[in-house]
Amino acid sequence: MFEIRIHSRGGQGGVTAARLLALAAIHDGKYATAAPFYGAERRGAPIVSFVRIDDRPIRIYSQIKKPDMVIVLDASVMDVVDVLQGLKSGGKILVNSQQKKAFSGFSSSNADLTGIALKENLVVSGSPILNTPVIGALAKMGIVSVDSAKKAIREMFSDERNVRAAETAYQELVA
Amino acid sequence: MKKIATGNKAVAEAVKQVVPSVVAAYPITPQTEIVEQIAEFVSGKEIPTRYIAVESEHSAMAACIGASITGARTFTATSSHGLLYMHEMTNWAAGARLPIVMANVNRSIGPGWNIWAEHTDSLQERDTGWLQVYVSTVQEAYDATLMAFRIAEHNDVLLPVMVNLDGFLLSHIMQPLDTVDLGDFVPPLNLPHAIDVKNPAGYGGLTGPDQHFLVRWDIERSMRDSVNVIEETEKEFLKRFGRKYGFTEDYQCGDADVIVIAMGTLGKEAEVAIDLLRKEGIKAGSMRLRWFRPFPQLDLKGRQVVVIDRDYSFGHGGILAKSIEAQTKEPVFSVIAGLGGQEVTYEDIADFVRKRRMGEEYWFGVKVNV
Repeated sequence: MFEIRIHSRGGQGGVTAARLLALAAIHDGKYATAAPFYGAERRGAPIVSFVRIDDRPIRIYSQIKKPDMVIVLDASVMDVVDVLQGLKSGGKILVNSQQKKAFSGFSSSNADLTGIALKENLVVSGSPILNTPVIGALAKMGIVSVDSAKKAIREMFSDERNVRAAETAYQELVA
Repeated sequence: MKKIATGNKAVAEAVKQVVPSVVAAYPITPQTEIVEQIAEFVSGKEIPTRYIAVESEHSAMAACIGASITGARTFTATSSHGLLYMHEMTNWAAGARLPIVMANVNRSIGPGWNIWAEHTDSLQERDTGWLQVYVSTVQEAYDATLMAFRIAEHNDVLLPVMVNLDGFLLSHIMQPLDTVDLGDFVPPLNLPHAIDVKNPAGYGGLTGPDQHFLVRWDIERSMRDSVNVIEETEKEFLKRFGRKYGFTEDYQCGDADVIVIAMGTLGKEAEVAIDLLRKEGIKAGSMRLRWFRPFPQLDLKGRQVVVIDRDYSFGHGGILAKSIEAQTKEPVFSVIAGLGGQEVTYEDIADFVRKRRMGEEYWFGVKVNV
């Protein structure tokens, strides 16, 4: 089983990113679940979502304690949350950032998802939408296939700009 | 067709396919997504259902009763305090023999204010005459909702059915959902005592002591008859759509010395605990209880039983544990866990089994005197 924890702030699309990722994994022929952890959410507060991907049906509902991968959609969350908590040794970390940040003992990647969203003018209520570009970055990292990523995005969003944003993130990912 | 959905969306999808004539509902977290989705189906003219937005849950159930007694297929959804606010009317629905289907998204009861999963809300409804099924996956939420209409409306039953799914854990998780081409699986409702203006009759009149117990017995008789209807419906569902359901979902029970019994998502996660325990050489199995009403006869002979209750009856005990103790002489270890959405992992469940103390009650996460 491959377990992913997504850190974001309320309103940035972290929950939708989890759903898109699970949908893409299902299109790859896998089983997947996407589970937001619901606390006392409000816009701007740090939140986490969980995605599990496996070859067999998933029977676990409890939170992910030892993820294989951590995604940080808002780098400022790292000031207040230990995003590396429980991350398996050698685990992957993807940060929405222009600058590469090294994490000792982990394999880190970064892409300027915010910049990509702004370039495509993917903005809702003043917030750049990060959930579609991040799927492109994850496709580049091999978490889901490119075809399934695009299919999942098209199923959930009718606006082609979302697919373009994912394609740009695929190109621009720095591993 | 393969898609992905939340538990809430899966329930709404099933409701859309059986096309109720009336849905009357009031929103409440974490159920709201169900009635929002149905309202969208109605406003988008995808189903010709009359959607009645009411001012409270008491009124929601009252409106469902009024609609149902005309012979109309009727659905509502609620949770926690909403369900408790309906309580007078849920009794009425069962007593008037109305096959209303309701989804209840299990949530704890305040105070303290808490919106997360617990079964004490629906279990407080256990004596109303409603059938109750507890589901553990998005797929099962969909399948059980479809079957609920067929079971409730069967003329050997004519009692309301409550489909229960864990708040957030199941209502808001996204899992694969395989929807079916329903065909004639849920036949048109034919309520024998529906109001007929050409043939007026009295409803809800005074029944004296010499009659009232007969009305009560008639509910119990139908509750007992519902066992066959449930079995027949689940058999037909398997035949048509290929998914198997029963009163319990048994996992590795065959040679098990110790059996874990739980409801809802905890009952599903318990299977992962069983895999862990089996690797350690502990012969454990899981029996996830699906139907709480009617309560099934469980075969537990010669086994130790670990019951996990996500609920409690103060001054008495875990409601599921006490129900099982009432029908078996086998030793029970009663675990109270997951109240108010308390995090319980498969590793915790495995630990309950390893450290079981037969005949005792254990409150998970409480440090003193347990």
